[in-house]
Amino acid sequence: MRPSPARLLNILVPVKRSIDYAVKIRVNQAQTGVETNVKHSMNPFDEIAVEEAVRLRERLKDAVKNITVVTIGPTKASEVLRTALAMGADKAIHVEIPETPGPEPLGIAKALKEVVGREKPDLVILGKQAIDDDAGQTGQMLAGLLGWSQATFASKVDVDEVKGVVTVTREVDGGLQKVECKLPTIVTTDLRLNEPRYTSLPNIMKAKKKPLEKLTPQDLNVDLTPRLETVKVTEPPKRQGGSKVESVAELVEKLKEAGVA
Amino acid sequence: MQRTFLQRVATTSRTTRSSVVRSARLARCLSTSRPLAAPTSLHTLTEEEQMLKESVRRFAVEEVGPKVREMDENEMMDPKIIQGLFEQGLMGIETSAEHGGAEASFTSAIIAIEELARIDPSVSVLCDVHNTLVNTILRKYGTKEQRDKFLPMLAESKVGSFCLSEPASGSDAFALQSRAVQDGKDWIINGSKMWITNSYEAEIFLIFANVDPSKGYKGITCFIATKDMGIQIAKKEQKLGIRASSTCTLNFDDLKVPEENIIGGLGKGYKIAIEILNEGRIGIAAQMLGLAQGAFDKAVPYTYERKQFGQPVGTFQGMAFQIAEAATQIEAARLLTYNAARRKEEGLPFTKEAAMAKYFASVVAQKVSGSAIEWAGGVGFTRETGIEKFWRDSKIGAIYEGTSNIQLNTIAKFIQKEYS
Repeated sequence: MRPSPARLLNILVPVKRSIDYAVKIRVNQAQTGVETNVKHSMNPFDEIAVEEAVRLRERLKDAVKNITVVTIGPTKASEVLRTALAMGADKAIHVEIPETPGPEPLGIAKALKEVVGREKPDLVILGKQAIDDDAGQTGQMLAGLLGWSQATFASKVDVDEVKGVVTVTREVDGGLQKVECKLPTIVTTDLRLNEPRYTSLPNIMKAKKKPLEKLTPQDLNVDLTPRLETVKVTEPPKRQGGSKVESVAELVEKLKEAGVA
Repeated sequence: MQRTFLQRVATTSRTTRSSVVRSARLARCLSTSRPLAAPTSLHTLTEEEQMLKESVRRFAVEEVGPKVREMDENEMMDPKIIQGLFEQGLMGIETSAEHGGAEASFTSAIIAIEELARIDPSVSVLCDVHNTLVNTILRKYGTKEQRDKFLPMLAESKVGSFCLSEPASGSDAFALQSRAVQDGKDWIINGSKMWITNSYEAEIFLIFANVDPSKGYKGITCFIATKDMGIQIAKKEQKLGIRASSTCTLNFDDLKVPEENIIGGLGKGYKIAIEILNEGRIGIAAQMLGLAQGAFDKAVPYTYERKQFGQPVGTFQGMAFQIAEAATQIEAARLLTYNAARRKEEGLPFTKEAAMAKYFASVVAQKVSGSAIEWAGGVGFTRETGIEKFWRDSKIGAIYEGTSNIQLNTIAKFIQKEYS
């Protein structure tokens, strides 16, 4: 029997522009969210996703046909697309939405489903969560909408393009779990998967020439109206100082006083 | 109806301004990587320049940062850092893509130099000399063969060095004594160079020697040589600052260099050196600027944490005023530097502006880094925090690539020409 030909992989990497991880965030005056007039950059888990796609190409060489990055965000979000192109992606798609209201995971997943329909990727790699909302839902919802398999919190990804199978080591509470998924599949990245590269200057200059397509939610026939309303955002209460006790008996006494024992 | 004086002036200035705007716009269209819009502030960078700034910043903080103290204490540049600079494409910033470079703007080089200096001025000067002196000389004055041969090497793996100064000639650079004598198809160079940056790590050297002393400075010629031709690296200086940057004496003992290694032609060395040091000045200004910013960035957050008499020391008015003044001076140095860089990109004369930027930035670097030590108090005086290093590093700013007195001389000459 003739062996099946190696699959040429199309990889799609959705990325999000979020507040930079090093910024000291503050709650805004209106108590509806945090101050957003601060430094933004690509969500760190999404950087890991882009890096993994580029590394897959370095490992599998010609078997990776195309790496497309997509973002659903305001005008400024094109910055993260340029960074992804400079890291090694081939082309970018920008679904432009107004700055507020911010998008929600289900809306994003629905939009991504449409993008998947257009681009027909074999593998979609997403960050496991965005560091601004910490929702951790988009990848899973996308898999559900598409009816695809999913391997989340990946700390290792191996692709067998001949068999059309992805083996993922997942970091779960109990330890490490290995799952095997048939392509097409969704993978979400965890912190230890890889360390993203710096964008070297020659690649930054090359990224200028790579295509960037602009779309609207209407082009995708998707409604991104939020379904949730944020009622109030406050800072956590300031930490109270503790006190030292001299003996175990005193400790038990204090615990009883506090109504804990 | 006769127009009033004011109406006539208004029309004239409108016409003048719009033609200035048009020619500025045209200049922007003709130069590479420029935003095609109305005149912008000096804070405006192209998208690529902005991305480069962030990328170099990250590289500097994460890769260079942890090694700064060790390199300073050991007076030795870590080869991995140099390799990192090559890998990031920071050693061929303006070099064409055909020769393995990034084909980026001059301002991109300035940005990279500044961002590196914010973390380590030693690493910054290595990148600066390599790009603004060595690469640029080859790009501007090299023949096609010379460019095809040396630029890729310089962009990918070999560090370059610029050898002009000698024991007896610093500011009076063109009183240099190194001689080159023709021998068939070769030139034999004899002499010494001193205070040469990058010399310990470099493999490619641009050497200025005189082929005909009777012609004075018109005999000075620029030769490109490789280390394996027999360049002797002698004494490595032990310095006050930028200790990780190698500064050595070089000896040429019948160094044989083929005639095809003459850059720009016989006797053109003076012109090459004068023109190139002009650009190099902006690079040093960027290094000093980054240094000042780096010292400021290290000390000021500390002043908002350190409490004395019940409040952060940075909030006492006396301290706050000093900090505000330092920030203002850094901003002024920044604008001088970036304006000189943009003037060069636009093809406008920039000698005076470059001299002003280098002079002023070196002064600001000294002052701000000195203040930074005082703001951090006792902790600023210890080597552990790395604040005092900036102050030691800043002293060279007033000395190399044209002393401050030479810069002031240059500026004064322009003013005399304009005003008398």
